[in-house]
Order: sequence, then C-alpha cells, then structure tokens
Amino acid sequence: MSSYPHAPGFVAGDRPKVVTSRFEYTDSFTIERYLATDGYAALRKALSKPAADIHEEVKGATVLGRGGAGFPAGTKWGLTPQQVWPRYLVVNGDESEPGTYKDRLLMERDPHQLIEGCLIACYAAGLSQCFLYIRGEMALAQERVATALNEAYAAGYIGKNILGSKFSVDIVLHWGAGAYVVGEETALIESLEGNRGMPRLKPPFFPAANGLYGQPTIVNNVETLANLPWLISNGVEAYTAIGTKTSPGTRMVAVSGHVKRPGVYEIINGTTTFRDLLYGEEFCGGIRNGNKLKAFVPGGGSAPWFTPDQLDLPFEASQVGPAGSMLGSGAIMVMDETTDIPAAALTLTHFYAHESCGKCTPCREGGTWLERILTRVVNGTGTDADLQQLIEVGTSICPGDFPHASNEALGLSAVPFPYKMTTICFVGPSAYAPIHSALTLFRSEFEARVTKRITIPVTAVGAAS
Amino acid sequence: MSRLSDANVVIAKEIIGRYPRPKSALIPLLHLSQEQNGYITREAMVHLGELVGVTSAEVYGTATFYEMFRFEPVGKYLINMCGTMSCALMGAAELMHHAEHKLGVKAGGTTADGMFTLAHAECQAACTEAPTLQVNYRYRFHVTPTDFDNLVDDLRAGKLADEIPVHGVLAKVRQRIPADKGVGAVAPEDVTEGPAWLDGKPAL
Repeated sequence: MSSYPHAPGFVAGDRPKVVTSRFEYTDSFTIERYLATDGYAALRKALSKPAADIHEEVKGATVLGRGGAGFPAGTKWGLTPQQVWPRYLVVNGDESEPGTYKDRLLMERDPHQLIEGCLIACYAAGLSQCFLYIRGEMALAQERVATALNEAYAAGYIGKNILGSKFSVDIVLHWGAGAYVVGEETALIESLEGNRGMPRLKPPFFPAANGLYGQPTIVNNVETLANLPWLISNGVEAYTAIGTKTSPGTRMVAVSGHVKRPGVYEIINGTTTFRDLLYGEEFCGGIRNGNKLKAFVPGGGSAPWFTPDQLDLPFEASQVGPAGSMLGSGAIMVMDETTDIPAAALTLTHFYAHESCGKCTPCREGGTWLERILTRVVNGTGTDADLQQLIEVGTSICPGDFPHASNEALGLSAVPFPYKMTTICFVGPSAYAPIHSALTLFRSEFEARVTKRITIPVTAVGAAS
Repeated sequence: MSRLSDANVVIAKEIIGRYPRPKSALIPLLHLSQEQNGYITREAMVHLGELVGVTSAEVYGTATFYEMFRFEPVGKYLINMCGTMSCALMGAAELMHHAEHKLGVKAGGTTADGMFTLAHAECQAACTEAPTLQVNYRYRFHVTPTDFDNLVDDLRAGKLADEIPVHGVLAKVRQRIPADKGVGAVAPEDVTEGPAWLDGKPAL
C-alpha cells in the first residue's frame, strides 16, 4: 500500500507538457514554485490586452472542453447574451465519472495554474465572480486549493484591482458533499445555490444564458481552465501546433485496470491512438502478465465499450463518435481476457443506478431495474427472458439504436454516438451503456449464466375418450 | 449543543458573506456543522436554516441529497471502500470481504467500540491506483489485505492522528478572504452595469 503523497504512473518523456509541466517538482503546489516557473506571467500578459483579444485567442485555439462533452471553451463563452450583468464562472471540479482521474491531480499538484486559468477566463468573458466547486470527497485538493487561494489573495493576484489594473474578481472555494450527478453543469448550479443537485431542463436553463441565480454563467472543467495560462503565454500558434486541427493541444488521460503501468498521462490530442497508449513503452506498456486484451472503456464509465478492433483509433472525437463511442472525460478502463464481463458491467450499472438523482422516471426506475435484473443474471438465477428484459428497459431510457462499436468476428457494423434519450441528463443512458456494450459484444457470456426456457412437449396423461 | 458554537458562527457568517445569495452557503455550512459534531443533528439544521434564511425542512431537503452528510453518529474513522469498475477489476470485492472479517461488521456497520464505520463507496477518482479506500476522505492506494490490517491497527493505536482527523473534518485549511483584498459578493439584482475592466464594451 502506498499512502499520500503518491506519484501516479507519470512517465518522463519529451512529449509536450501543457498542464503537467510542474508535476515533476515535489513542491509544485506552492506559490514559490509557481512563480519560479513563469507563474502568473500569463495573467500579466492577458491584462495588457483588451478582454476581447483574449477571448479571440481562446476561440482561435479551439480549446476543447475536457469535462466530457468536448465543446470548445471559446465558443461556450461566446454564447452568453450581450450586456447582461453580472455573469459568473463556475469551475467544475466535481470529478467523479468512473475511471476519471485528472482534475484531482491538477488541483492537488498545481492549484495556482488552475487559479490563473480562472482569472484569465473571468477577464476575457467579463465574469465578476468565480466559484470553484471541488468534489466533497477530495480533502487534499480542498486543502491545496484553499492554501493557494489564500496565497494568491495575499500576493494581489485575486481580489480588488488585480496587479494594479481595473480587473477585480473574487474566487470562492466551494465544495460538494458526494453526488455524482452534480458533475452535470445545471445540477452543479443547483447545488451551488444550496439545493438538491438535480439537473435542470434545457431549454430554458442553458447556463450560458440562464445559470447561477438566473444569470449568464460559464461552467468550465478544471483541465480546460488549466490549459489557459500556457495558451496565453505561448500563443495560439504554439498551442495549435500540438495535436490536430480539430483536436489541438494535449489532454490528460487516465488508464486503469489490467495494464502493466496504469497511470495518468498527458498525451497529444488527435494523433495518439489507443494502441499507442495501451501498448506503447512510454505509456502503459501492454496488458498485465502478457494477457490478451478483451475490451476497454474509452471515455469514462458512460461510454460504450471498444474491443481490440478499435485500438488504432486516435483521440479524435470526429473518429471515435462514428465508431460508436465517445472520448468523454479521458478515462480508459482496460479489461484483459480474465475479466468476467457481466460482473464488470454490473459494477458500472450499479454505480449509475445508485447515483440517479430521481428526477426522471426512466433513470430512477429503469436504472434500478437494470441493476436488479443484471444482478440476477450475474448470480446465476436469471433466465434468458431477463436478457431480453434488459434490452427493453434500456430502450425505454434510450429509444432507437444504441451506439456500439463494430466487430469483425461478430459481423457487426458500428452504430454512431450519440444516443437518443428520455431523460434530462446522461446518468440514465449511462446505466444502460455498459449493459448494451457487454450484451452486444459478449452475449455468450451472459447466455452461459442464465437458465434457458425449453419447450416441453405435452404428454397425454390419459385418453380423452 | 449541536447548534454551531460561537466561534463557528463567526466562520459561518464569513462564508455566507461570500455568496450573492445566502442559501448558497448551505453545503459548506453543513460541512462545518458535521465537523463540529461528527454528524448532522436536528438542532444543527434548525440553526443553519436561521443563518441562511430558509426553513429547517429546506436544510433537511438539501442535506439528505448528499452522501457525505450523516444523520446519526458514525465511527471515529469512516472507511470508504471503492467498489466501482477499476477497483472491482483489481480485487475490490475480495478486499471488502476481508475488511468485513477484520472489523467484524458488514459494510454499513460500525464497530462496537465506535472506532470504525465500514462503507461501500463509489468511484474515488484514483482509478489508476486501484484498489483504493479513503479513511475520513484521506486516500490509501493499492491496498492489500495486510495493508488494511495494518491501517486498522495503526488507527486504533492512534499512530495516524496527525494525518487523519476525526470524521467530519475535511480540509484542515480554510479559505480566508482578507477584508481589504476581497471584492465582496453583490446580489445579482444590485448589479446594473458591466465590469469596470471592459470599459463599457461588450465582453465578446
């Protein structure tokens, strides 16, 4: 057992480091280290230009949102209505998607980088107050960010007339209390208003127009904001030189499960493939014990699964979507040949059923049904009718064809992402995603576990006449 | 007694003052209350309602949505065992089985001496370090059964008191916004014009 502070599987290399450049230092979270490594230089540079120019730079660099949906941050900021004040920034640090592990590191290891990113966003988009919402269970991240905020206030980087300019903003540290659904942006806003964290209906509650206290609100992920200091310091050209045109820059990816070197890696967006990541010597180094890869979840627990057929896909939304899944929050969970697929699917379905907020019936009831039926199947007390029932319940949450990957051996062609849904947010469909993937790709493992109905011929007991 | 202490009321008012609307402070205040008492009591909810200007029923409504809030006493150390996919793939179920035997309680139970509450938990965002657990929200990674035994023995012997506070205490550092540095929160309806640094221009 290793205890904190523990270094996850970072491997040194000469890959570009946009957000993890300070992780090699043991004191990376202190203001001294931050200032010694060009900290707050990007803020100074930003303040020397008009706000609109900074917004143009972020837009020009196509900084994709790193929380899951992958919506460009600059475009998101531009959706706020003109001349409506005040507007707020809400930082989504409620990282809790199964498999996802990056925002916590960014908050624990480099809190000042995140703070500087928040300040740049507030300056560029005219946001007058920032709320930094950290997941409740992350005590160390809360301590590190609180310390960093106190240091930054004392040094004049946050608060009134920052660095002698007209720019004034408060950053308020806020933390949750354990609810996965609060990672959804409208639920996050509800929670920040002191309510039960249930998602709001969109429309009308698009946060950019009608968010916190009914005001225009930008909700950005921690990693997205952590990209901004590097971007402003090094310029749009340097940023877009990394990765591809549609997926520029780098992104943090956590690979967990049955690989030799599980870890969080900052990879080049758009060009790195799943094969590079899972088998590359500078990354995970292959499957443990030389085992064969059975399947992997490419983008967090909500994502439909891939098999070895999809290993050569790059980290590029425009290719992963048509292939039947999503990149989501950069979380890959790897299953080797020893994995009990129905049981693995159950851990995820249990998660989403447990985390349903209860607002939408298909998710509240359907998720629970899925969990109960699948539990029965996994325990060996299910029947083949249960397998059909799983699909029927799933289809009532997500009508139509559910996305899945192609599979050569099974003769399946891909159904592209996304799915249709009968719920407000993605928790409901997410309960079905692992079941649908597992049943589509590994149906024989389910069938081996269930009791089959057989037709019993009618035997006459006696003659009728 | 389970209302906030005078010292904590000062902290609570400071927290409330940071938000444009007082109710936003509710979750931080519930944490403060749990830090003081180890769990959330009825009287505490009444008091928090008074502080932020909502009914105690609304406080209860919010509090019961979130898993970290407890409404009856738990052990001094709450051990949350992650069981979501990455940890499950790396043996979380076996570890939980071992933990139940070691502590002599089923998941959800508290030991007779009031030292430990064992609980199932969902993904703890440390998936590459599976299997993981948290003791009062402090992480332990790559946990083996022997590690678990040692952890419990060390906690019983008081060896980890510096690192792991009693249940209810989250961050040991509080944010403090100095009065002369902070901008201060303003109710949205009292804001009529755009921020000064935009010089009246649209932001975008």
